[in-house]
Amino acid sequence: MNSAEYTFHGGIRPVEHKEDSNTTPIEMAPIPPMLVLPLQQHIGSAAQACVNTGEYVYKGQLIAQAADANGANVHASSSGHVVAIEPRLIAHPSGMQDTCVVIETDGLDAAIDASGYPNWQNLDRTELCNIVRWSGIVGLGGAGFPTDRKLNAKNIKTLVINGTECEPYITADDLCMRERAEAIIRGCEILKHIVGADSVIVGIEDNKPEAIESMGKAMPSSPDWKLVTFPTKYPSGGEKQLIEILTGRQVPRGGLPADIGIVCQNVGTALAVKEAIEDGKPLISRITTFTGQALSRRGNLEVRLGTPVSYLLDYMGYTEQKVPRLIMGGPMMGFILPDAGVPIVKTTNCILAPDSAELPLPKPAQPCIRCGFCAEACPATLLPQQLFWHSKSGNSDQLEKHALSDCIECGVCSYVCPSSIPLVQYFRAAKHEIRTHRAQQLQAEKALERFEARQQRLEREALEREATRAARKAAAKAKAEESSRFADEADPVQAAIERAKAKKARLIQQNQPGAQQNAETALQNLKAKLASQQSSLQQAEVDGKGDKIITALHASVSRLEQQIAESNTEASSQDAEK
Amino acid sequence: MNMAEFFLNDLTQTVLVFLALGGLFGLLLGYASIRFKVEGDPIVEQINALLPQTQCGQCSHPGCRPYAEAIAQGEAINKCPPGGEDTIHRLADLLGVDPQPLDGEHGIEKPKTVAFIREAECIGCTKCIQACPVDAILGAAKLMHTVIAQECTGCDLCVEPCPVDCIDMIEVTTNIKTWGWEAPQNDGIIATDRMSGKAA
Repeated sequence: MNSAEYTFHGGIRPVEHKEDSNTTPIEMAPIPPMLVLPLQQHIGSAAQACVNTGEYVYKGQLIAQAADANGANVHASSSGHVVAIEPRLIAHPSGMQDTCVVIETDGLDAAIDASGYPNWQNLDRTELCNIVRWSGIVGLGGAGFPTDRKLNAKNIKTLVINGTECEPYITADDLCMRERAEAIIRGCEILKHIVGADSVIVGIEDNKPEAIESMGKAMPSSPDWKLVTFPTKYPSGGEKQLIEILTGRQVPRGGLPADIGIVCQNVGTALAVKEAIEDGKPLISRITTFTGQALSRRGNLEVRLGTPVSYLLDYMGYTEQKVPRLIMGGPMMGFILPDAGVPIVKTTNCILAPDSAELPLPKPAQPCIRCGFCAEACPATLLPQQLFWHSKSGNSDQLEKHALSDCIECGVCSYVCPSSIPLVQYFRAAKHEIRTHRAQQLQAEKALERFEARQQRLEREALEREATRAARKAAAKAKAEESSRFADEADPVQAAIERAKAKKARLIQQNQPGAQQNAETALQNLKAKLASQQSSLQQAEVDGKGDKIITALHASVSRLEQQIAESNTEASSQDAEK
Repeated sequence: MNMAEFFLNDLTQTVLVFLALGGLFGLLLGYASIRFKVEGDPIVEQINALLPQTQCGQCSHPGCRPYAEAIAQGEAINKCPPGGEDTIHRLADLLGVDPQPLDGEHGIEKPKTVAFIREAECIGCTKCIQACPVDAILGAAKLMHTVIAQECTGCDLCVEPCPVDCIDMIEVTTNIKTWGWEAPQNDGIIATDRMSGKAA
């Protein structure tokens, strides 16, 4: 066991109230008549329900599947019938509803057949990571980041196990370490194997001597494993603060611990990983502290996820207060529950039910007197006073310059403020404002991109239309030319004229000298024809044919005689000319 | 004085040195103005970046960029209802002018909406598709159309052309994902501000 050499800037030492709830062992909470399992119980994206209303589900059965890498599976925490998949009020500071799977339990607590991998050493890191992912494990310290995402990091040297539990009142990790140190260490070994770390550092605040002792006993005696204790100070349990205490190194701004070769996991998460891999038990229950003067019994319960808070408050003997205030989480970072009916989720480490004397309502805020206590106390070395002014004036550029995004919302500044200004509330609001504005800007950029793409498309289409129109015009013109040329060749009128011309030319040629022979031949032809017609006439008269034929033949003969006579006169006149 | 004396004279030397320096810097500036010439008007880009890009035309310009160009030419900055007071303040900050209230002629600031087509009533005329400035409506002739909600800027331009009036503009409400903490209210600047309400 070592003592930490380093510390972090600022921090406070509030009244701990740990002994209120850490004197009794962890108790198994009874099965509630109704389980309400929200599809989203962590930071990230909601899961998708994979059961139907009316279906019977067993304990440990997958009821909602992660939709993407930031999602986490949800399993039934006891057996029974799914009676509804509908929006229900959930544990969220907004007091809004979200989709939940509602199971009416049958009290049998019948579990699905599941077997783990006690010989997990034989499995490779991807397979183990997949089991962790399937089991729906998220960080149980409070924020609830999907554990498998953290375990996928590369080049990890050190695994930090967070047993700090610095927030007042909460003793869930303390009790867990006291009673289940062996299992936690098994979990740490699995985690070490998965991330491929060389060393493991378990950090525990010195206000938990029993936990330190039992963890020390369970830990393998190897130079790679270190148990480090450090003085109690809030918020040493913050990931970045703990890493600084244990290693003296700071996580770069905007970066992750993985950037400096460190992965940090909560003891509760280590326990969940051990149960998932060695016992095949998905994350269906967690240890939650029930404390506060409004409860007659205070202590830690292992509760099924989805159990309504009101059911557990009854179990712990809750006396209704004049101004009922139920806080999920601790007094520093927790939020007031919108209703006692909301269910316990993966990130619920504590339910605080104070009476009015114990946690008085915050005093009205007074003007800032520029004392600078907040800057001295800020564990992220920010200047809350400056941030306060800029938050009030909505100056997001200055807020970013003063590194508002590095604020871990621990509430130390509000705690030390002598004017009781709710600083952290301003910072949360300002962070939200900046996020919203950024989302709007992103949307505007996307809209602009789409608008420009559309403009380009319209222009292109107009050009294409223009081009096709031009092409069509050109084609029509070409066709017209083609057909007119064809008409020159084949126009029947033109052809007839041509023919007539040719005939005329021939006739003129006949009248030229040298055509006499032709005329004589024609005369002979006519004479031959006359002879044949005369013989036909004689034949017709002999045969006694009809008058019509005889008359026609007579006319023909006389016409031929006339023609011959004309030809003769023509020829004689030509001769005379000669 | 002879030529040598003239050049050795302090005054002449000074004048010559400064003339040479002047010429040198002139050349340098001339080169820089060519080498580092800025294409387009950078202020238009900056103004355009502040506009909400709904492309709705409520400012009576055919899109956000034309309005940005008009503002750069000196047009009023209060003609953008979708941007609202927030955009007016940002524009005023950028341009160093006084923020004015939104010009009511161009519409009033409304909460963000998203178009929704009642699909059963859609006749598939594609008129809304042609009207959408950001191609956020999907569909084909004689087939049902639908709006891609994430891409819709809520510009209203599709509502008018619809012959069967089947497009609704639905207000975007806060859900558990978009919810955020609000800043503390009723925080008087001095203590007596807070007391005044009770004392009176």
